[in-house]
Amino acid sequence: MKRSGCRFDVGLRLMLLTLFVSLVLVQTTFAVQPLETAQDEFVPMDEIPAEEQLPAAPLLVSAYAAVWAIAIGYLWTIGRRLGALEREILDVSRRVADREGS
Amino acid sequence: MTGFLKVAWLVLRKDLRVESRSREMLSTTIFFAVSCVLVFSFGFVRGGRVVDGAVAGILWIAISFSGTLALARAFERERYHNVLGGLMLAPVHRPAIYLGKLLGLLLLLGIVEVVVVAMVAFLFQASLFQHFWRLLAILALGTIGFASVGTLFSAMLVRVKNRAVLLPVLLYPVTIPVLIMGVSGTAALLQPEPNLAMVQLWISLLFFFDTVFLTLALWTFEPVMTE
Amino acid sequence: MNRITFPILVAAALLVFVTAPFVIVWAPYESTMGLVQKIFYFHFPSWMAMFLSIFILGIASVIYLFRRTPRADGVAVSAAELAVVFGLMGLITGPLWGVKAWGVWWQWDARLTMAVILELILVAYLLLRRYGGPGSDRLAAGLGIFGMANVPFLYVSTELWRTVHPRTSVVPTLPIDFGVPLWWSFAGFMVLCLALLFVRSRLEEQRMRLERLYLTLEEE
Repeated sequence: MKRSGCRFDVGLRLMLLTLFVSLVLVQTTFAVQPLETAQDEFVPMDEIPAEEQLPAAPLLVSAYAAVWAIAIGYLWTIGRRLGALEREILDVSRRVADREGS
Repeated sequence: MTGFLKVAWLVLRKDLRVESRSREMLSTTIFFAVSCVLVFSFGFVRGGRVVDGAVAGILWIAISFSGTLALARAFERERYHNVLGGLMLAPVHRPAIYLGKLLGLLLLLGIVEVVVVAMVAFLFQASLFQHFWRLLAILALGTIGFASVGTLFSAMLVRVKNRAVLLPVLLYPVTIPVLIMGVSGTAALLQPEPNLAMVQLWISLLFFFDTVFLTLALWTFEPVMTE
Repeated sequence: MNRITFPILVAAALLVFVTAPFVIVWAPYESTMGLVQKIFYFHFPSWMAMFLSIFILGIASVIYLFRRTPRADGVAVSAAELAVVFGLMGLITGPLWGVKAWGVWWQWDARLTMAVILELILVAYLLLRRYGGPGSDRLAAGLGIFGMANVPFLYVSTELWRTVHPRTSVVPTLPIDFGVPLWWSFAGFMVLCLALLFVRSRLEEQRMRLERLYLTLEEE
């Protein structure tokens, strides 16, 4: 038990070190980018050129997928909880029955 | 059954007496409110001038935060020696106990607000006193709305283990309309040419909010507090 | 009753959800927003499902607080969870629509802001039930009532709050041409909401049954 504990400890430290190093690297890339100038006000545009428009289909599909995923995910968590509860109910009722029998 | 208002007055008098001996809650809450205003000033002052429209926000956030602190402290006292439990056993109208505690809190918050408003007006050169009665209406109604919900929630949580963290968690979302209405109303008053009709609208909305939530709190106090 | 109605509800919900894409594709394009406007067909019904759940939460909280019916408490906590779920659907589909329609992910739109605040209140409700210790069912009932009472005030105050600031968004209105897919999806969401409420309430009933069993075990 102790050996696996040591391995876990070392692994955790390696992970933290990697995370720290990557954060430092990411920081430097951000530092190189030019600062954005603040915008004073919104400038209205009538027509956005086609290449700057966001594609709509991925948004629509991901919205629909998100709705489905949330609904099914929630249903799955209910199912899991219900299963665990019903197992526990069976167990406890058996214990009650045993107690009553003896 | 002692009269409803008499019971409320007795509870209020008890709180005032306890507070007058140490003045602990008053001084700590005022100090906290002042610190809040200062902290927010550092956030919102640029080049010696406050960011446009931040004054109303700073005022109301300071009230909101110090109000929460006062609420938490007010009911801490009741926990020792289970005072609230004893009060609930008394053969009186339970909502009267709620009202007594609410009035005590409103008095405390009123004093704190006098200090905060004066401080905000001074620090940010805000012309808060030009429409004095309207400002008073907004502050009073907003504080009543905030405190009526807060007193109920604070009483509700008095025996709960995690009450220190749960009170803000419960209180802030439910009192966001008060914050919106208070800040918008105060900000509208601070405009160079205030839209008085709009201010009137915010005041009436605050009044409506207070009526509804005060009634709800009085109505639900007893069932929520009793087993 | 549950054995008949529940499968029907599930079947109806599935039917609506599976056919919805076809119905939505059939609907005409909206002139200014084009394809992405079709998110509206499940964005709006998920809001309505959230409101329905909040309404059920409020009513169940009142019943539980004043009558102490255990079933009402189960319904209340189920409705709160459902409201969080449907609110989450709305809060995800909203910005996905908004990033195309407004150009930014978040624009302090009155409805979305109100939805965030309501979601906060509901999450606070669930936190209270989870971490409030014994007696938190009563306290949560009080919070549920306050939450439901807050809905009209949130609606009005966020609407007014946003009209003071300049708006650059496109405000959707309900045109009649788009009625069919909208009401079809709406029906689907309502049915889904009720079906999930059934299932979740059953979970609560089983939990209460387990508690009773533990009590009998300890008595002996």
